[in-house]
Amino acid sequence: MEKIIAGKSIAINEEGYLTDFKQWDKSIGEELAAEAEISLTPRHWEVLTYLQTEYKNEVPLSIRKIGKSGVVDIKEFYQLFPKAPLKTATKIAGIPKPASCI
Amino acid sequence: MKHLVILGAGTAGTMMANHLNHHLKKPDWQISIIDERKEHHYQPGYLFLPFDIYSPEDIIKNIEDFIPKQVELIKATIDKVLPKENKVKMADGRELNYDVLIVATGAKIAPEETEGMKGSEWQKSVFDFYTFEGSLALRNKLRDWQGGKLVVHITEMPIKCPVAPLEFAFLADSFFKHKHMRDKVEITYVTPLSGAFTKPKATEALEHLLHDKNINIESDFAIEHVDNEKKQIVDYGGREIPFDILVTVPTNKGDAVIERSGMGDDLNYVPTHKATLQSKEYSNVFVLGDASNIPASKAGSVAHFEAEILTDNILHFIKGEPLKEEFDGHANCFIETGNGKALLIDFNYTHEPVEGSFPFPGVGPLRLLKESRMNHMGKLAFRWIYWNVLLKGTHIPFVSATMSESGKHYA
Repeated sequence: MEKIIAGKSIAINEEGYLTDFKQWDKSIGEELAAEAEISLTPRHWEVLTYLQTEYKNEVPLSIRKIGKSGVVDIKEFYQLFPKAPLKTATKIAGIPKPASCI
Repeated sequence: MKHLVILGAGTAGTMMANHLNHHLKKPDWQISIIDERKEHHYQPGYLFLPFDIYSPEDIIKNIEDFIPKQVELIKATIDKVLPKENKVKMADGRELNYDVLIVATGAKIAPEETEGMKGSEWQKSVFDFYTFEGSLALRNKLRDWQGGKLVVHITEMPIKCPVAPLEFAFLADSFFKHKHMRDKVEITYVTPLSGAFTKPKATEALEHLLHDKNINIESDFAIEHVDNEKKQIVDYGGREIPFDILVTVPTNKGDAVIERSGMGDDLNYVPTHKATLQSKEYSNVFVLGDASNIPASKAGSVAHFEAEILTDNILHFIKGEPLKEEFDGHANCFIETGNGKALLIDFNYTHEPVEGSFPFPGVGPLRLLKESRMNHMGKLAFRWIYWNVLLKGTHIPFVSATMSESGKHYA
């Protein structure tokens, strides 16, 4: 399905995740963050950029890996993206919800 | 004489010893299997032991009873594998050279990964049921427990048998009903996932059951520590869940020998090609069962399906032929739902569990993703099948290694 985000028509799935990362830009990230009631600071962007890099390198994401990444520890990750940080952060970053689970 | 070495005589390793024994014979081949343990445990039985449904004798047999005579069983602790030298070193100093290595060292719980989990309340009010000792301690606790808050908890994925904690919650509901004390027990299911299970249609069905059985669900809970004094679990976001009994599934990790050998990822699982089961790093090393990092369930049924395909691939490898990229992640799991009923799910890498009939399309007799007594009988019969058919590597009639899509109701 399509949704207007930051004035552009963007393809998303039923859970609101972008289905095509190429459509993502910073203004879309800002608007998705606002929907989650998060205002993005430079620290948020460091984490989001890290997640996008891992995604491009096809590294599966998990809370454990992020905690050991050296970019952010789990406690701070929760402070930046409260409640369900990995789900929220990946949505804002425009990448798929991690399938960390079988 | 060439040498094929299997590490681990659990479900996966034992099946491979039996399969390959039919194909690789002396004087051309010697098969050896290494394990330090004396006993083979029927791990699905750990689920039933706490509720006095099974007794320890149902679960434990001798390892050597299931290894063919022609296969050399070496009872020793593995120090490490030297994959570049095609060598296995044992703790007693012995060394074994191999031409082909099969890693089947499984996965284990690692409660020490979570702060406070193995603290003062361990096996007093904090229990696991993924070890025989944990399951037995829990049985003794539940026998005369007077009620309170029972919290069933998953630390992080992946875990062995991802449905087991749900089954535990369902069986607990049934157990306390039979003891006429269900009203004295509050059951809460705590998961790091967003819902009851990892796949959407099954999650829907299972959440419905949790609701029916008056079991609360707390999702998206990433545990930070266990507070032994206040008897609560706390997540990274500060959410607190109090318990009188905590039944947790700790972090699961591959065996420490994988770490010592430098062959694993951050959870000690061996990077493995998901369709051929060949190690990504070493062409003469193959991995099956819980020891690999493939995105399939860590379950005995998966190891069983893998074993059929891996046997073919090892024979191809030995002849210098290309490997078959055939393994599809097929898993087939009974889910006990209590009161003498069970669900059955059948799925693979690409197809989630849905409703339907199994193994005969449109006929059954087993129903997929629906509670039935027949499914429960299937689960109980499975213990006999495990000891008498599965470990011996005998093909189970009508159930193919790759998943069948017929008889299943995909949208």
